[in-house]
Amino acid sequence: MRFRLLRVLLHKEYLQIFRDRVMLRQMIMMPFIQLLVLSSAATFEVKTAQVYLVDQDQSASSRGLMDRLRASGRFELTGASPSMKLADQALLGRRAGMILGSPSSFERDLERTGTGSVQLIFNAEDGALAGVTNSYAQQIIGAYSRELGRAVRPMVMETPRIDIRTRGWYNQELDYKDYMIPGILVQLLTVVGTLLTAMNIVREKELGTLDQLNVTPLPRSAFIAAKLLPLWTIALVELALGLMVARWIFDVPFRGSLLLLVLASCIYLVVALGIGLWVSTTVETQQQAMFISFFLIMIYLLMSGLFTPVRSMPQWAQWVAEANPVKHFIWITRAIMLKGAGLADVARSLVILTVMGILALTFALRQYNKTSS
Amino acid sequence: MTDTLVAFIVKEMRHILRDRRTLTIMLMMPLVQVVLFGFALRSDVRDVRLVVVDPSPDPATLALRARLEAAGRFRIVAVEPSMRAVEPYFRRDKADMAIAFDPRFAERLESREAPQVLIAVDASDPNTGTTMQAYARAVIWSHEAELPARGAGPLRIVPETRMRFNPTLESVNLFVPGLIALVLTLVSALMTAISLSREKEHGTLEILLVSPLRPWQIIAGKVLPYLVLAFANAVTALIAAWLVFSVPFRGSILLLLAECILFSIVSLGIGVLVASLTDSQRVAMFVALLATMLPSTLLSGMVFPLASMPEILQVLSNIVPARWFIVIARGIMLKGVGLEYLWRETLVLALMTLVIMTAAVHSFKARLA
Repeated sequence: MRFRLLRVLLHKEYLQIFRDRVMLRQMIMMPFIQLLVLSSAATFEVKTAQVYLVDQDQSASSRGLMDRLRASGRFELTGASPSMKLADQALLGRRAGMILGSPSSFERDLERTGTGSVQLIFNAEDGALAGVTNSYAQQIIGAYSRELGRAVRPMVMETPRIDIRTRGWYNQELDYKDYMIPGILVQLLTVVGTLLTAMNIVREKELGTLDQLNVTPLPRSAFIAAKLLPLWTIALVELALGLMVARWIFDVPFRGSLLLLVLASCIYLVVALGIGLWVSTTVETQQQAMFISFFLIMIYLLMSGLFTPVRSMPQWAQWVAEANPVKHFIWITRAIMLKGAGLADVARSLVILTVMGILALTFALRQYNKTSS
Repeated sequence: MTDTLVAFIVKEMRHILRDRRTLTIMLMMPLVQVVLFGFALRSDVRDVRLVVVDPSPDPATLALRARLEAAGRFRIVAVEPSMRAVEPYFRRDKADMAIAFDPRFAERLESREAPQVLIAVDASDPNTGTTMQAYARAVIWSHEAELPARGAGPLRIVPETRMRFNPTLESVNLFVPGLIALVLTLVSALMTAISLSREKEHGTLEILLVSPLRPWQIIAGKVLPYLVLAFANAVTALIAAWLVFSVPFRGSILLLLAECILFSIVSLGIGVLVASLTDSQRVAMFVALLATMLPSTLLSGMVFPLASMPEILQVLSNIVPARWFIVIARGIMLKGVGLEYLWRETLVLALMTLVIMTAAVHSFKARLA
């Protein structure tokens, strides 16, 4: 009896979802647009930086330095003059991102004392850009001073040297996409899971059809199961679509087990849907539902390590982040996809997610009973 | 006529004020955001968990290890004899970096053979990965420079680096302008779109349309309360940023507030446009989300620099109002410049307002027919 009821209800919910073509299209399009835009927008790599040159030395060494910068392909000369004031105006007007200044004593100092200084001034209005450009510039200057050293003083080789090799594991090419795409997938599941659940139930409330359902002999658990299951499956379909796009269009590696990721997603979605359900029980209108879920999702996402690493946060924020389901799921997804982590590696986060899922669901269910009685 | 308009605006205000829950969140949001952004959203790397792979410890490797630990950023979590033991640490997120020493480190150093040191980082996050590498390299280099040398020292070019407008690269200073754009977009575009399409869904919009109010008056009445709210939000965010994090305000506050209003009006226009093009709240919300929130966070230069993006996205970013607003807000707050440097961006925003508002009123009128 109960299962037949559930089946009928489920049928109704699926019909409702598939009838709303606009909504459906949006839901399917969203992963694609997000992945396409986000994955190419989310990068800190700097292609070319505009350099304003203030060369007060005009020596072979100072010119050599500028040549090396330009030869690297990452720097482009936008202006040059001996006046620091003009250079600063270029910085203020966003015509230059960096000023390279060599004082008039640059080459002389270099020859006499072995140490010459240059000035690097960045437009730190765009902090990320300035930081990355700085590290490029430092590398080139370092290489140039070694080059000069070898030419002027072959004795340099007499000093002890350490041969430093570096290697970046899991992401040899340092491709930012590989890191962002798993995170974006998680964001997607979160938005679909939480927001749509909240809106879906509140919509019935707003239209008054929830009251109609409440006076039927339908058990609440059946009603809620019928509401949650379709959204749960839709979110999983979105995940599948997203994974395909990631794999075949963006070439994101998938080193771990697909099964493990699906299992983790199933558990995580229960949490996301549970939160959406809880939101829907506390609000009256779709506007409120949207606003509150949006607020929650924003906090979740910002504290999840999606954009900035959790380990850079202050200690208290790291503890708070432990209670954030999104943080755990993003970590699991990245570990499985990029590092090929197995069940044993992600077990801890998986257990935390399971506990959260049970808590969210029971809490929301109890809340639901209260408000509708 | 104006009386009707005033009455209508008062009615709309009451609607918003009555919904305490949304109002509380709406007013709290900028505060929470500023605090979160300020305290939690940092990308600096401070605590690197390090695994040392030292197959045959000798005084030279011990000295370098001590040097790394003394640098303050590195914490040695384990010492392993071989590189093979490192992977599990990375997979379980127990370590971020491994440094492996040459087995004959001291001997080679002594004989000027340049012993190898391998720095392996967990580069699944490329940004953190490269930063960690750079730190480790810097420590090893300065260690190298202090080793006893024979003959003359190397030539050195010392770059004196200055980060103009934000000397410490404080992330709060960079995020606050973007944050304000985000808050203004959320309140202006999203809330307006939903509130208007709600009237549509409930059929009350028809009632409004047959009232003596003109279409533009209905829009004005719907939009004004949200403009006030958005403005209040921007002010709260600015005050919080100033009090808690002492974010600088080098330019004219008045100009900044005026630009905030201009930006809100653009966003409101988008909200109205979205509402008139869609039929249900859900769809309106989705479209508004896609049309405003996504571009405002991603294509605006708030988090990721525009200059790093592919050409097509850079072109696309030009139609995102937040992109212009962020340039303006950063210019005023961090650089202390005025309209003489920012007139172009302001003009673009003003033009956008004109176009969007006309389109919005038009599409609204079309529904009358």
